[in-house]
Amino acid sequence: MRLGVVGVLAALALVAAAAAAGGRPNASDLEGQLVCPVCQTTLDQSDAPIALKMKAYIRRRIAAGDSAAQIKAALVAQFGPGVLATPSKSGFGLLAWLVPILVVLGAGLVVGVLVRAWSKRRPPPPPDRPLDPDVERRVDEELARFEG
Amino acid sequence: MAHRARLVLQGVAVGLVVLLFALLVWKLVSSPGGDLAAAANRGDEPHAPGFTLPRLDRNGKLALASLRGKAVVVNFWASWCIPCKDEAPYLEQVWRNRRADGLVVLGVDAKDFRGDARNFARRYGVTFPLVYDGPGKTLSGYGVTGFPETYVLDREGRVVEAFVGAINSDEDHVRLRSAVARALQS
Repeated sequence: MRLGVVGVLAALALVAAAAAAGGRPNASDLEGQLVCPVCQTTLDQSDAPIALKMKAYIRRRIAAGDSAAQIKAALVAQFGPGVLATPSKSGFGLLAWLVPILVVLGAGLVVGVLVRAWSKRRPPPPPDRPLDPDVERRVDEELARFEG
Repeated sequence: MAHRARLVLQGVAVGLVVLLFALLVWKLVSSPGGDLAAAANRGDEPHAPGFTLPRLDRNGKLALASLRGKAVVVNFWASWCIPCKDEAPYLEQVWRNRRADGLVVLGVDAKDFRGDARNFARRYGVTFPLVYDGPGKTLSGYGVTGFPETYVLDREGRVVEAFVGAINSDEDHVRLRSAVARALQS
């Protein structure tokens, strides 16, 4: 019974996610993903005349039933790829995503090599030597006095 | 081994710093910024950067180089720019009065919607050639920082006068007519 309820809930969650992904785009979300070509801030933070025109264009295209990808593509066709707040994940724009990952991996590799080299260079610890019998006797006496 | 690794690391770090510094110097040297207008108005007559852009008023492209031999008034504008509305009729008048003498007024619409730009041209009766630069790639070459800006080029493609801002006062009109006359005489 419980397994069935979980299954139904999971199915509903999947349907909702699919609907959200393919549903009507949100104007505010798009305004945060597109840049005003004059002031270079995202549209949601700009009241420049061209930004206002772009916001109106986005709302018109949403009302006409365009998807987020279609609206972005139309704006890129007018203003170039610089209108996207994040670079595209294909072509030259892909570099902007890959380079930071490669830099982090490269830095990790360098740190790993250095740590390994430094740990090899450290001198081995000195071997344990037996305590001098006289010192050992005195330590025992002190401990016995401390505990007693 | 550790010593060699440290040396390699130091070499890479120094190389990166040198590379970044070289990039900074290259950027500073290669970017003309707003120097074109200043140089033109000092009388240096710098060469105007070339461009080829799609036409807004008809199909096809237009290269600035194809206008060599004519005097050219290059006007950077956008439909959302309010001062551009004030100066458009005057530029149209200059184009109509002097085109027979070899003058071309060329409007470069930048950072704008094509449809809005065409509506602007219809509304303000613009008949001179218009090209479209949506991403504004030509702006940095001329050092354009706002709209409108206007550059008067002689028949050799040298900038003889630059206007930063609208050409809308009597003084501006006299300056433009004088610059056009000089450009046509070259």
